[in-house]
Amino acid sequence: MSVNDQQYGLNKNLAQMLKGGVIMDVTTADEAKIAEEAGAVAVMALERVPSDIRKDGGVARMSDPKMIKEIVAAVSIPVMAKVRIGHYVEAQILEALGIDYIDESEVLTPADDEFHIDKHQFRIPFVCGAKNLGEALRRIGEGASMIRTKGEAGTGNVVEAVRHIRTVNSHIRRLTTLGSEELMTEAKNLQAPYDLVKYVAEHGKLSVVNFAAGGLATPADAALMMQLGCDGVFVGSGIFRSGNPAKRAKAIVQATTHFDDADIIARVSEDLGEPMSGLDISSIPTEQRLAERGW
Amino acid sequence: MLHVGVLALQGGVSEHLELLATLPQVQPIAIKKPKQLRGLDGLILPGGESTTIGKLLHEFELVEPILELAKLGIPLWGTCAGLILLAKQIVGESSNHLGLMDITVQRNAYGSQLASFITYENIVALSDPPIQLVFIRAPIITEYGSKVKPWIYVKDKLVAATQANILVTAFHPELTTDQRFHQYFIDMIKRN
Repeated sequence: MSVNDQQYGLNKNLAQMLKGGVIMDVTTADEAKIAEEAGAVAVMALERVPSDIRKDGGVARMSDPKMIKEIVAAVSIPVMAKVRIGHYVEAQILEALGIDYIDESEVLTPADDEFHIDKHQFRIPFVCGAKNLGEALRRIGEGASMIRTKGEAGTGNVVEAVRHIRTVNSHIRRLTTLGSEELMTEAKNLQAPYDLVKYVAEHGKLSVVNFAAGGLATPADAALMMQLGCDGVFVGSGIFRSGNPAKRAKAIVQATTHFDDADIIARVSEDLGEPMSGLDISSIPTEQRLAERGW
Repeated sequence: MLHVGVLALQGGVSEHLELLATLPQVQPIAIKKPKQLRGLDGLILPGGESTTIGKLLHEFELVEPILELAKLGIPLWGTCAGLILLAKQIVGESSNHLGLMDITVQRNAYGSQLASFITYENIVALSDPPIQLVFIRAPIITEYGSKVKPWIYVKDKLVAATQANILVTAFHPELTTDQRFHQYFIDMIKRN
């Protein structure tokens, strides 16, 4: 096994240790502490949460390294941060900072409109978004060690995340029914690497952990994504743009653990204050939909 | 048939359940509720985030029932985060989680994910060949009391130990396909 193969295995393993957990977007060291105190398994350090990026417009870039370092210093749980699609120098910077995971994210403005980062060139792990199986397998083919649904970030509307996990799952189920002679054509149709298509057909699942992201705002949203078969959840604007972040964050953690127990989800959903205000997806012009970014 | 629980609040739960299922005469059970702890022959506290699992242990009232299990002498095994949950002292923290084992642990002792590593070691009490040890943002045991038997050192750091019916490993046997650590725990249960 080469050093890089070994590191890739370790990177997939770290994602496995995050299963059943909630990864929360934070913009300051104080928010990171609130997230850790609420039971987050990791935090995503970024300057603006997606709903603010959506509101403010302009180019969204990797966060200031100083702010990322402050968050690393503030918590003991893993710290992730985002880079623009294709911006491998931003990724080199985050690797140099020694954070735990990079999100090559459609939430930031893409730096390359044709190519994603060749993640095999890095020792640090990457998570990438996907709307369907072909996209997920292309990202894994490039070296992603964790996948998440894209959903539609910053909307507080879970419908796109639901669509994406359902699409991925139904593609996976379909692959498991195909004969081996059908897989190459299926790889062509999915625009995905043949060896990964073959892996999914044989195992009935991705070769990496698959989380939900994009529009989750309530404990019930988190439990829904878990019941749909996700391994864990990311919550972005849904926590720190709500009325009572600490209480909502804790409730989402509890609902993610007990996603199959409606009595517990009911109890933790009580009296959480105002959720973030939501956006109807059809009100967002197609060119402003973040999930469309990625190739 | 031995009933072996895996605490299933968060983390690498399915990996333990799947490895246990390959052993003869073992019935693996995912544990989320206090009442599920009744009648267990052994319990594994898996890897994951110890702060997360520790909070959920308290919030869902699992601490007392697990302490009761330990009092009955039911074997417990903590891997990585599970080791931290079982420790009496955690460096830099004023409180512990279960506090059942007389060890002091340093969380995340090697650094960030870039310092995670795999090593192959010959282990006393396990048969040949060398066994794969996977360390993911792993803790180490920095101090231990007189009842603790140190077991495995890697790079001069203590990474596995026992105390009566408690076993802790800073690494993750459940991330490999090697059954030997799980068989070792099952043998602890059988001797009990």
